[in-house]
Amino acid sequence: MKYKSVFDIIGPVMIGPSSSHTAGAARIGKMARELFGREPEWANIFFYGSFAKTYKGHGTDVAIIGGIMDFETDDERIIEARKIAKEKGMRVKIREEEALTEHPNTARINLGDKDGEMELVGISIGGGKIEIIELNGFELSLTGHHPAILVVHEDRFGAVAAVSTVLAKHRMNIGKMDVSRRDVGKMALMTIEVDQNVEEELLSELKALPEVSQVTKITD
Amino acid sequence: MFRNVAELVELAETNNKKISDIMIEQEMKVRNKTREEVLETMERNLVVMEEAVERGLQGVKSHSGLTGGDAVLIQKYIATGKSLSGDLLMDAVSKAVATNEVNAAMGTICATPTAGSAGVVPGTLFAVQNKLNPTREEKLRFLFTSGAFGFVVANNASISGAAGGCQAEVGSAAGMAAAAIVEMAGGTPSQCAEAMAITLKNMLGLVCDPVAGLVEVPCVKRNAMGAANAVVAADMSLAGVTSRIPCDEVIDAMYKIGQTMPVALRETAQGGLAATPTGRELEAKIFGFSLNKES
Repeated sequence: MKYKSVFDIIGPVMIGPSSSHTAGAARIGKMARELFGREPEWANIFFYGSFAKTYKGHGTDVAIIGGIMDFETDDERIIEARKIAKEKGMRVKIREEEALTEHPNTARINLGDKDGEMELVGISIGGGKIEIIELNGFELSLTGHHPAILVVHEDRFGAVAAVSTVLAKHRMNIGKMDVSRRDVGKMALMTIEVDQNVEEELLSELKALPEVSQVTKITD
Repeated sequence: MFRNVAELVELAETNNKKISDIMIEQEMKVRNKTREEVLETMERNLVVMEEAVERGLQGVKSHSGLTGGDAVLIQKYIATGKSLSGDLLMDAVSKAVATNEVNAAMGTICATPTAGSAGVVPGTLFAVQNKLNPTREEKLRFLFTSGAFGFVVANNASISGAAGGCQAEVGSAAGMAAAAIVEMAGGTPSQCAEAMAITLKNMLGLVCDPVAGLVEVPCVKRNAMGAANAVVAADMSLAGVTSRIPCDEVIDAMYKIGQTMPVALRETAQGGLAATPTGRELEAKIFGFSLNKES
């Protein structure tokens, strides 16, 4: 079931006017920020479908920019997000795309700074709920409703076992786990939803594994 | 965990409980929280709803200038004592409008189940409370009951206008509100489901065609009518009227109608009222250009 809590239905508390186009957009932006791990210096945002057609009226642009600056859905600074980003020196570009996507409310965010870049695709499925469906070219399904660990690793035998052994050592229970790859035998992305928030110590142990090249976490 | 309305009603009736009890208990289980914690979170949402209605009743104006001030007009009209449809109904309408006018003005609201449909549930709650005199906890229960029915719709159909049209947003909200009114008025869980079914049946096919893509025209007035629909359907259900089509099948019909609805009528500002000459004119005035890519 996509919706698990009554507060997905009665909620979120948010700045108007649209739960999917404003609150959902803010959440996609915030997820991008969290996955990137720091405030980016620049962001290119691509809107598809209903997002592309109506973002001006819904404040989808300011909401997603606000999210990238770590604002919550009910943060009134969302209204001034473009101005605030400019003052911070963050370069933001918005593009409307004509391509058809599977979900009508789709946004692609490409962001980065001098140390790195990241690209993700998020969809807003209604009532403020979102899913991240692509990260750096890997398909995934991430809702942000549970703490999660994302591990980029070599696509070879033993990688999953090595990661799950570290989790077991830390008594971390896995709620859901996905492995996705772009090409066989190259790099793969493991998405692991867990029950409790993730300690830094566990992350550094995962990073030290020979098969692993990158580790990111999402907090609840 | 209930997956549909039939299971929800059965869970409530076999355990001699209310719909709101079932929702509260499920939330405690899913989130691993105490009853107090769950009620406390809902209390915060209720306070946001109260503040939004209050602000709307004082009069707001959206940035585009398309909406605002109608809630004030309706309240003044009620005060003259000349209302034909009755004070309670018009009070619900004005409070639904008030909330959505605040939403359109980029104010703070609580989505129920979405922002575009955020007026119906609080609008009806704050109107029927004057007649039913609920306790604070009963007001919270109203929101849990609404949430229980919305939960089923969101999981089995859709609550997104872009995916399912306005029937999925204001339609769902109105059905949720009708069910919650019935519980607050002392109706049975089955009667809650009947009220939801009767309401949603009358919202089927409603398209999402906002002028200029803004959640203003016709959204604010659709919330007004969603609230009216909810109050009337609740009364019908409490009178003993039942729906010939079971609630779950109505929800399923809504889902299928949404899937076959043209994209132009699903929150793209390309069809319906958005594509009328006046709709296009307003759009051009607001943005300085038209969103109509075809022309």
